Amino acid sequence: MSNKSDQPNMDRRKMIGGAIAATGAMTIAPGVILHAASVSDEASAGADAKHRWGMLIDSNKCADGCSACVDACNTEHGLKGHGRPATDAVWIRPVKLKDKQTGRENRLVMMCQHCEHPPCVDVCPTNASFKRVDGIVLVDRHRCIGCRYCMMACPYKARSFIHEALTEQSVNAPRGKGCVESCTLCVHRVDDGVMQTACQEACSKEGHDAILFGDLNDPNSEISKTLKSTNSVQIRADLELNTGVRYLNL
Amino acid sequence: MSKMYYRELYCGTPARYWSGLALLGVIIAIGLGAAYYMEHNGHWVTGMSNQIVWGLPHVFAIFLIVAASGALNVASIGSVFGGPLYKPLGRYSGLLAIGLLAGGLMVLVLDLGRPDRLIVAMTEYNFKSIFAWNVILYTGFFAIVGIYLWTMIDRSVNKYNRTVGFAAFFWRIALTTGTGSIFGFLVAREAYDAAIMAPMFVIMSFSYGLAFFIITLIAAYIWGDRELGDFRLTKLKNLLGVFVGAVFYFTLAYNLTNLYITQHHGIERFILLDGGVYTQMFWIGQIFIGSIIPLFLIYSPAFEKSRWAIAAASIAVLIGGFFQIYVIVIGGQAYPMNLFPGKEVVESGFYDGQVMSYVPTLPEAALGVAGIAVALTMVAVGARVFKVFPETLED
Repeated sequence: MSNKSDQPNMDRRKMIGGAIAATGAMTIAPGVILHAASVSDEASAGADAKHRWGMLIDSNKCADGCSACVDACNTEHGLKGHGRPATDAVWIRPVKLKDKQTGRENRLVMMCQHCEHPPCVDVCPTNASFKRVDGIVLVDRHRCIGCRYCMMACPYKARSFIHEALTEQSVNAPRGKGCVESCTLCVHRVDDGVMQTACQEACSKEGHDAILFGDLNDPNSEISKTLKSTNSVQIRADLELNTGVRYLNL
Repeated sequence: MSKMYYRELYCGTPARYWSGLALLGVIIAIGLGAAYYMEHNGHWVTGMSNQIVWGLPHVFAIFLIVAASGALNVASIGSVFGGPLYKPLGRYSGLLAIGLLAGGLMVLVLDLGRPDRLIVAMTEYNFKSIFAWNVILYTGFFAIVGIYLWTMIDRSVNKYNRTVGFAAFFWRIALTTGTGSIFGFLVAREAYDAAIMAPMFVIMSFSYGLAFFIITLIAAYIWGDRELGDFRLTKLKNLLGVFVGAVFYFTLAYNLTNLYITQHHGIERFILLDGGVYTQMFWIGQIFIGSIIPLFLIYSPAFEKSRWAIAAASIAVLIGGFFQIYVIVIGGQAYPMNLFPGKEVVESGFYDGQVMSYVPTLPEAALGVAGIAVALTMVAVGARVFKVFPETLED
């Protein structure tokens, strides 16, 4: 009897240990597998590394008082205000500037600048902010934990946090309370082969043609040709982020 | 020197202890209710917005996390730097550090947009993100300080105490460097793009952590009706004075650097002169209450042995520290980012060029205070269950 009690039941221990290991594996494995799958998804889904999508905004053509691009963006992506401007989502915004020295006035629209080296992607703890191989910067709404560090890091104030539950969303842009979002460069259109963003379409319809979307990598694209023959600028070029959105006549 | 005996802390009558715990429980319950209210409705019910993205909960969380690593200093001085007077205080130092960190992390996590996705933060890492590093640094801190406490309490593993103590010391420096770097690495914001943030946070942690330590130590020994010697307390007090002076020095260096750089004149003017509530918090909160009053109470010969003065100095350091974090976190966001140097913003659809106002709401404050209550609860339970406090600390 005493002999027996001196010998612990190793089979039982092994079984408990095995059960703990199995539970641990079951807890971690789905995360690992999902991770592996999602990373390859991001790299391949619709995006082609041959392209780098970008925009050129001509400040001289951006008309005073016009909000066609903002309205079109809101409709396209189902962005609805709640009458609370401080917390409502803004993907594209008009800004009017005045030179402190000369008094010259400019108008332009600001949105996510789709940087080559995006600070939002650098700071995102969970890889929810990411850049596709074609240069479009997006937020994975399944992985965003809502820490808002990307909003702190973005030099362009391009991002919005969703401050309330959403209803009647647009199929073009699934969104969710507690996550961060910003301009997607109409990625749903790009992936469908439509080479025109909602804001550009609206601006052209108004007859202003201030927004030009296209492939920065294709030397024959209209945007590349215009960029080559004119003197465009990046906003906060000093940060060396190599933005995908450029400005003319600023 | 007589042998040191540690004993569980009993605070007078059981009724007093349990009613104290119950009060803390109520504060925590209110905080959790507030967090539920904010998560359920979304963040629009708070004072935060798309311009002020981190609000009062972040101030509480960062304050507690910074203080947590500083609270471990007393243990480090005892076992790493061989200070015999500090050694008996090591166990409590470790316990307080764990409690403060737990409180801070609770606030931080419950203020996330999606706290239910905490598992994502634990399994998915972007190693270029300081936040991701901090997830590892914070969880590692619990483990290392836990082992450190074990080596202090269990005689059979005491031989590892010094080694673990070294590891814990370096870990805590890394932790606060990480917390400070959250702000140091934000290139676009004028208040933050300074590497001095990391060492400044380290020295802030020394100061706040020690202040928390002193005030709770005095309280515990009064409630437990135990002897606490003047000599030991004076040592702690003098150390606090050095830390308060060092924080002041770093503040001076940070602001003088900014005053030299023309690009940063705007933010400096905002904080030092015309930032309204932030200017008041800086001068009255951080400098007067947080630096001048404690330095006076600590070094004035009139209060040389006054326990009241030491306690008051510690509380002033904590109040000043809270304001300092508030000015850094909220003030730095309220000041507009300069997207268009040389230009003035005439109109904007997203508050460009405008100073944003932020008025914290009651639920945010309730969540923050609950973080402090969590820290105090862990300390109260830990000190009652484990042999943390020496029976006597007489000189």
